[in-house]
Amino acid sequence: MTTDYEMVIGLEVHSELSTKTKIFCSCPTEFGGEPNTHCCPVCMAMPGALPVLNEKVIEYAVKAGLAMNCEIAENSKNDRKNYFYPDLPKSYQISQFDMPLCKKGKVEIQTEQGKKTIGITRIHIEEDAGKLNHSEFGGGSLVDLNRAGVPLIEIVSEPDMRSSKEAEEYLKKVKSILEYIEVSDCKMQEGSLRADVNVSVRKKGETKFGTRTEMKNMNSFRSIVRAIEYEANRQIEILEEGGKIEQETLRWDDVSGKTFSMRDKEDAQDYRYFPEPDLVPIHLSKEYIQQIKESLPEMPESRKERYIKDFGLPEYDSNILTSSKYLSILFEGAEKICKNAKAVSNWIMSDITRILNEKELEPENIPFKAEDLGNLVILIDKGTISSKIAKQVLEEMFENPKTPEEIIKEKGLIQISDEGQIKQVVEKILQANPQSIADYKAGRDRALGFLVGQAMKETKGKANPQMLNKMFLEKLKK
Amino acid sequence: MEIYELTVQELKEKLDKKEITSKEIFESYQARIQEKEKDIKAFVSLNDPKEIKENSIPIGIKDNINIRGTKTTCSSKMLENFVSPYSATVIEKLENENIISIGKLNMDEFAMGASTEYSYFQKTRNPWNLNRVPGGSSGGSAAAVASNMVPWALGSDTGGSIRQPASFCGIVGLKPTYGLVSRYGLVAFASSLDQIGPITKDVRDCAMLLNIISGHDEKDSTSAEKGKKDYMKNLEKDVKGLKIGLPKQYMGEGIHQEVKEKILEVAKKYEEMGAIVEECEFNCSEYALATYYIIACAEASSNLGRFDGIRYGYRAKEFSNLKELYKNSRSEGFGAEVKRRIILGTYVLSSGYYDAYYKKALQVRTLVKKEFERLFTTYDILLTPTAPSTAFEIGTKSNNPLEMYLADLCTVSINIAGLPAISVPCGIDSKGLPVGMQLIGKAFDEETILNAAYQYEKIEKFREKFRPEFKEK
Amino acid sequence: MQVSREEILHIANLADLNLKEEEIDTYLLHLQEILNFANIVNNAPIEKLGETIGASEKVNSFRKDEIKEFKDKESLLQNAPEEEEHMFHIPKVI
Repeated sequence: MTTDYEMVIGLEVHSELSTKTKIFCSCPTEFGGEPNTHCCPVCMAMPGALPVLNEKVIEYAVKAGLAMNCEIAENSKNDRKNYFYPDLPKSYQISQFDMPLCKKGKVEIQTEQGKKTIGITRIHIEEDAGKLNHSEFGGGSLVDLNRAGVPLIEIVSEPDMRSSKEAEEYLKKVKSILEYIEVSDCKMQEGSLRADVNVSVRKKGETKFGTRTEMKNMNSFRSIVRAIEYEANRQIEILEEGGKIEQETLRWDDVSGKTFSMRDKEDAQDYRYFPEPDLVPIHLSKEYIQQIKESLPEMPESRKERYIKDFGLPEYDSNILTSSKYLSILFEGAEKICKNAKAVSNWIMSDITRILNEKELEPENIPFKAEDLGNLVILIDKGTISSKIAKQVLEEMFENPKTPEEIIKEKGLIQISDEGQIKQVVEKILQANPQSIADYKAGRDRALGFLVGQAMKETKGKANPQMLNKMFLEKLKK
Repeated sequence: MEIYELTVQELKEKLDKKEITSKEIFESYQARIQEKEKDIKAFVSLNDPKEIKENSIPIGIKDNINIRGTKTTCSSKMLENFVSPYSATVIEKLENENIISIGKLNMDEFAMGASTEYSYFQKTRNPWNLNRVPGGSSGGSAAAVASNMVPWALGSDTGGSIRQPASFCGIVGLKPTYGLVSRYGLVAFASSLDQIGPITKDVRDCAMLLNIISGHDEKDSTSAEKGKKDYMKNLEKDVKGLKIGLPKQYMGEGIHQEVKEKILEVAKKYEEMGAIVEECEFNCSEYALATYYIIACAEASSNLGRFDGIRYGYRAKEFSNLKELYKNSRSEGFGAEVKRRIILGTYVLSSGYYDAYYKKALQVRTLVKKEFERLFTTYDILLTPTAPSTAFEIGTKSNNPLEMYLADLCTVSINIAGLPAISVPCGIDSKGLPVGMQLIGKAFDEETILNAAYQYEKIEKFREKFRPEFKEK
Repeated sequence: MQVSREEILHIANLADLNLKEEEIDTYLLHLQEILNFANIVNNAPIEKLGETIGASEKVNSFRKDEIKEFKDKESLLQNAPEEEEHMFHIPKVI
């Protein structure tokens, strides 16, 4: 990207809410299931069937609104968005048009230049569509309506982001907030968190926005970043060649790494929004909103402050630990057990993060419990195992759903702290390395390190290093 | 007297005294259907109950109300073969009382019309004169009750579709307050206007059926959470001191002279019974009809989108892509009037026209509500004709949509405001056709209009004086 | 408001309806007639009046978040014009 231009990015994040039932009927929202089995006359749009709004959807949407610092509308309503598509059985989506539940919010993200505030235009409730599958035989498509009517919130941001990195940070932040308040499981691979990405470019210093294009239904951080980069460059190339950007909806193809136009231009959409006459208006009392406010769990910002204050952790560490609800839970759970915040934090920041990266896992995929990590730290602190062994144990904890104690026992990794055993090893190593003794006595301190290393090798890393050190020193000084 | 001539109230009394059995009742009606259906053509499908339980009573159901495992066609080619996977709440309520459907009744396609001529299957004929329409859209229901092929029936009323055919066929029809009767399972025409209601031989049966079908339903968000009332309780009360308003606007231009005369006679009779009748102004009647068609068609254009040939209903034989599947199925499956209203509704909602039509219509809706509220601070009920004329001849209006719409002139404002109204026969005109009067009540005050209707019916004795002749005239 | 041929074709397309060449004029005429009639709403004294969305005065009609499975699942597919693997078959999309 040439440096004369800047990107302007806005995101519409769709998040499936983790209610038990659909938004307008009592069918389960559970993922999977045989096609068209989580269905009833309402979500299949049988003639005469009517929607009834799930109260949990309101609660969750208000929670999300409050967690993202929105104003909650005391008066709200549902509207119909009319268009024909086979995954939309009623031929209209029940959504919200001019009176969304939440508006005018903001979230903070970390950028290389420091903190940045991204504005939230609105959050509204709506229903998800069904799924189209390809037919194995006849070559047509097949409609499965299990997902039709699963509740969604749509979180619309202001066009406040200026790089793909900022867009990624923003989406991570939104995901983390939704996870903290437990209104969505945010499983991107199952499509329960996805985003429509609006991108435009403009010359730096320009105050007006350029024409934007929209990429629909993006569901991985990686493709969002790639798509934004590709699309911004495509737009710049067009502008540089004196062309014009067309406002259109695009489809990102991950394989080719390109965007494609989605709709025929002659088919201009006119959604004919109008108030949903099958539902009645939503009036939320101040008391109800206050009640939900009080039920919110501690948000990342205040957790971060607490980690700095109570545990004396650096701001950088606190940021990472609170960037995901799952890391934060892991940290706090482990700290509670071992009372060694610094050690737990180090383990999460270094080895756990490294393993997650290697395995391409997200924090929510960590297979062991917080108490296992706490116990691992206790085992080190008590000298039962060395830090080096602990790394092995941790690796094993990612593979096997076992407690660290079990792993140590099974693999015979318990540290040798028996004085007699240590003495035996020390004597054996000294006997085998007279040169090192001589070196040490000649003032070469490094020889001690070599001897301890040999002893560790001999015990396959199980010997207590402090005890080894001590005993070698005693013998060498004689 | 034949069993099929009895009212349901009379049937119940005889059942209780064990003078007749339910089997005899069903057989009597089935024989009557055998005799009269060929002339009237009220039924879309017949249901032969396999076993008839004791104390069971038959009913006819308009074919836009779902009954599980049976066809619900809405008199449309679109749903010609559609079998309902579930039952409407009203059907469950009826079945709990052992009231069993003996057939589904003809209607204007998707309840859009005022003559039942827009049925895909057949034109139902008026028992009082076979060359005339029974009214619509619940024309099958009204004609079946009037010809004693069913003891009573359910209809649906979006802008007059129960009251106007009841009026044309000389029987009683009630549109309840919006929200009193669950709409769950009624195939939607215009969601904010539709209500299911009774079509009966007399006012007592009407109250009895309303008792059964009314009440809160958690499956319908617009269903009112009101305590259950007994609508039979207050029928016998006299009407002394009852204040009745007679809106001038529904007695003026466009209303046939003979109809007006009958309504004035009704007013006089109420006065003789001790009621106070006063002429009054209803200042937005001229806007109400236009508003009604804007709102009803807008909602219909969206409600009828689900008929797309994918999950159920008619699918065109020829198409080469999805868009063609949609377009061909819908164009071949819907009749002309339905398409006309979908186009009008799509137009008034489309960008550029929403503010000029739809938004204005919603504001006029506020105006109409306020106007009724104003009148009801002075009056207990309002009296108007049900329809501007008596039954018209088959074929005279079916090609002129606007003229057909004018048949709803006196009824639509009630739906716009969500109020209850009943049509009761009040005599016959010089052509031997029934005239209907309409009593409009306050929201959820069905008791008062039923009481006033019953008291009038008692002195008018329409059923004793007149009966249909089943002749072409 | 005067409706053009292009407009009625656009509207029919939005509603997924075909209008045959010989039908267009009739539909256009009827739509125009009804709209001319409907224009009367523009004369109504509605300044400052709010919009009434429904006939009911009700607000907050909610349902508890409790699963109730619809029993007769097969009946939901019994009307399918074309079914394959318990799904609705349609022409290929995308």
